[in-house]
Amino acid sequence: MSWETVMGLEVHLQLATQSKIFSGSATAFGAAPNEQADAVDLGMPGMLPVLNEEAVRYAVKFGLGIGARIGERSVFDRKNYFYPDLPKGYQVSQFFAPIVCEGVFEVPLEDGSLFPIRITRAHLEEDAGKSVHDAFSRETGIDLNRAGTPLLEIVTEPDFRSAEQAVAYLKALHSLVTYLGISDGNMAEGSMRCDINISLREKGSDALGTRTEIKNVNSFRFVERAIHSEYERQADILDGGGSIIQETRLYDAEQNVTRSMRSKEVANDYRYFPEPDLLPIVIDAEYIEAVRATLPELPGAKRARFTADYGLNDYDAALLVPHHALADYFEAVVAAGGAAKPAANWILGDFTAALNRNEIDITASPISAAQLAGLIARIEDGTLSSKLAKQVFDGLWAGEGDADQIIEARGLKQVSDTGALESMVEAVIADNPDQVSQYLAADEAKQKKLSGFFVGQIMKASKGQANPQMVNELLLKKLKDQS
Amino acid sequence: MSVSPQDVEKVALLARLAISESDLPEVTERFGRVLGLVDELNTIDTETVVPMSNPHDMHQRLRPDTVTGRNDRENLMASAPAQEQGYFLVPKVID
Amino acid sequence: MTDNALLSGSVSSLRQQLRDRAVSSEELTRACLERIEAYNGALNAVITLCSEQALDSAREADKAIAKGDIASLTGIPLLHKDIFCTNGVRTTCGSRMLEQFVPAYDATVVTKMRAEGAVMLGKCNMDEFAMGSSNETSFFGAVRNPWDLNCVPGGSSGGSAAALAAGMAPLVTGTDTGGSIRQPASLCGVTGLKPTYGRVSRLGIIAFASSLDQAGPMARTAEDCAIALTAMSGIDAGDSTSADIPVPDFHAGLHHDVQGLRIGLPREYFNEDLDPDVRERVIAALSVLEQAGATLVDIELPHSHYAIATYYVIAPAEASANLARYDGVRFGYRCEEPIDLEDLYLRSRSEGFGEEVQRRILVGTYALSAGFYDAYFNKAQQVRRVITEDFTRAFESVDVIAGPSAPGVAFQFGAKQQDPVAMYMEDIYTLAVNLAGLPGLSTPAGLINGMPVGLQLIGKPFDEQTILNAAHRLQSDTDWHMARPQLETVTP
Repeated sequence: MSWETVMGLEVHLQLATQSKIFSGSATAFGAAPNEQADAVDLGMPGMLPVLNEEAVRYAVKFGLGIGARIGERSVFDRKNYFYPDLPKGYQVSQFFAPIVCEGVFEVPLEDGSLFPIRITRAHLEEDAGKSVHDAFSRETGIDLNRAGTPLLEIVTEPDFRSAEQAVAYLKALHSLVTYLGISDGNMAEGSMRCDINISLREKGSDALGTRTEIKNVNSFRFVERAIHSEYERQADILDGGGSIIQETRLYDAEQNVTRSMRSKEVANDYRYFPEPDLLPIVIDAEYIEAVRATLPELPGAKRARFTADYGLNDYDAALLVPHHALADYFEAVVAAGGAAKPAANWILGDFTAALNRNEIDITASPISAAQLAGLIARIEDGTLSSKLAKQVFDGLWAGEGDADQIIEARGLKQVSDTGALESMVEAVIADNPDQVSQYLAADEAKQKKLSGFFVGQIMKASKGQANPQMVNELLLKKLKDQS
Repeated sequence: MSVSPQDVEKVALLARLAISESDLPEVTERFGRVLGLVDELNTIDTETVVPMSNPHDMHQRLRPDTVTGRNDRENLMASAPAQEQGYFLVPKVID
Repeated sequence: MTDNALLSGSVSSLRQQLRDRAVSSEELTRACLERIEAYNGALNAVITLCSEQALDSAREADKAIAKGDIASLTGIPLLHKDIFCTNGVRTTCGSRMLEQFVPAYDATVVTKMRAEGAVMLGKCNMDEFAMGSSNETSFFGAVRNPWDLNCVPGGSSGGSAAALAAGMAPLVTGTDTGGSIRQPASLCGVTGLKPTYGRVSRLGIIAFASSLDQAGPMARTAEDCAIALTAMSGIDAGDSTSADIPVPDFHAGLHHDVQGLRIGLPREYFNEDLDPDVRERVIAALSVLEQAGATLVDIELPHSHYAIATYYVIAPAEASANLARYDGVRFGYRCEEPIDLEDLYLRSRSEGFGEEVQRRILVGTYALSAGFYDAYFNKAQQVRRVITEDFTRAFESVDVIAGPSAPGVAFQFGAKQQDPVAMYMEDIYTLAVNLAGLPGLSTPAGLINGMPVGLQLIGKPFDEQTILNAAHRLQSDTDWHMARPQLETVTP
């Protein structure tokens, strides 16, 4: 039986504030255990939370970024359960009245189309600490540095029907939050964590099947694999006439399976109730407009502008936009005089390849936008052939100067002087009488193929500097004259 | 509203309290008395009343996003029942 | 001056004597320490004594006084209820769970009072985690009422009230969640004030019920309470529930004039359930005020009888979450050799907490649990608003509401142990005041068979001044607040 996959995603996003959501401890990564955990974070007796204004602003920014309704009066609630990395024995979260209410997020798919995902809500909460299981033989170590880091939990409706959609959503979310500057959205580092709620149903059915929750999947690839392996598992059970147990599972990347979480077997009744140590967050229209005024151009708008103003196709636009710095670089290249389409090609091709090969981020790029623009201009004006352009690119990367300097220094100027080229063509024809005879004896189709030999020889003789289009024209004319 | 010993045991588990077999009947009985007291609430109609979490109509104040904490680990962990290399220790947890 | 005269002096008079250099803070502190040494064996009011620190602070205070550097409490010895975290000084909350706990920080109240020059003598015994009305639930043993050693002092601030009544210090602090300052004040014949919710910072006070807890002073006079309240009050950025409201100088604003003061008497408080002896004392006290120009007005607080049910859902519910942090992981009691995590939690908590605390945690957990939240917790929050609206309506026609502080005088140990509800009824007149977040005080109204009883005065939000003034007038026209227990006949 072929089943339809129905999924909803819950993403926990660490907000990039300087201090924690309820205390003044630093949120910076990398401190020694418990050196960034103050009395409030540790849940010491008598300690009380005070709300970080930036966490509120970031949440509102997100809400506006997805066009959601902002909760004018949101409330914190206590989510009660026992776990050693949860110091107070409850997590301060928002259950009854979240700060961001319903919205729709348009996700660009690979084919360039937009897929609307309904966001149910997004709410603020505090992160828990970390349990370290393998540092001590018979104990688990608890590090509370992370406890109290602000999180935004983003919940979608069960609108996903495929792993591709889920991954596209996560990528788009990553893009949006980095544009907004509210998080670095890094799954591998844990600043963006994904839980997947997945159930299967017969195609065409409206009812929802029993779902399982796959927790804390930390890469796009694992999300895809986890969904596929859980689909297989559930499909097998349903095909065999069995039923799905509602439970929490973890994705085991090594075995490529999902496993039931033993520790979550004890049914958790979270007993949510309004947090009495905090008061309702009241947000007025003025505040919302003030935050709206600080929003940057968002990915969706930028994609639209790139296709409209630069004439890029959807595919290229979709590749340039997600990484803000890359999109900015592109625009800087164009502003410096590089033509848009070639600029897109270079950036998405050789430039990105070089960044990856050297494992550096675009912000550390040795080629400035102006330099790349210079290279493109020289190709467009015929000074440089496309083939030799790559050498110039390498020269730019190595810091040999800008395009003109490199062309000069390496003598890479394309030869476009008709007289010089004619001499080269005549020389090659004279040197290769057998090939000329073959050519003259061949039909049109074969001639096209054979002309490549002559062009190749001329390019070799000219060390690639001959202007290939002109060579071709002159060659065909001269060969014709031979007959 | 009366409660059974099983109800009490379920609640005790949620609260991580251990009640011995021998104590359970008395704990249940006394617990039941408190619930009896509380059942008075059923006799009042509060259909349209907004629940009150805080006695005054105050809003949450916001704190600027500045780091005011400092490393006070030594002092704060001085009371820790078990620690090593800066970690709090608990019996090993299997996830 | 004899020690006794010294020790029965009010904060106000002692301040003057310190200023006049008639007595030094060191002498005063020593007298208190000796008194504690003499009688704590019998009373068990003090859990932790800080003699050396106290004398050091006293000497510092004397130096400051010599320089003319005098704040509102410079040189005055005080005791803090052991619920206020004190940096470097053990803070137990009356529980085995925190028997060894030494905080690395001070409660804001402690900081403020030290800043005003007060000299901390030590920490007072209390009902465990502030849950109780008799100070019988303390892990450190019951506190005895100095008026009758076979009787309870009230609770949960029983140690504070007893210490004050016994002359161990002229000023003590307490906390009040359902009556825990006012009821012991009544049972020990002293003056105790619970400020408006939000008037005093809760930062550093070990939490019982977050939306109900308030810290307040207990002293021999309303005037002293006014001095102390001014020192303790004020917005605290570290406590989101502390109110952004200016703190008047309650002492400077204190006066005797009750002409035209409208005192409301809820008929629900003065019904057939009220003990006739208590009624007699309360009416006597009100008559004094009436004679002084106040008007007594009959009012209604129709939903009063719901207060106890409401309180016994909300307080345990909030407490069940507030006490979840006591899990043997980062501080506090941990059981011996836990075999796994669940064992760590179950045994640490079951061994660390006493019976009443465990019972309230169970009740609170139940009231919040799936299927019961609407019927219990949410319902109680709704009724809380209804009760509060009763007061708001009443305050449209009166300035102050009066009634008994407690249903009777101090009872014998064990008298209310057989049924938890019997103990809860001790707070029948005080609970609603916490639910509504109003200020309330208890002032002595004489003796019944030699045992003290108190008059409760409830004020409008943030109007502690009016109830202090009314108590001040009562104390000017009577000498009930001057009565002292005959401790000298007690064998320590």
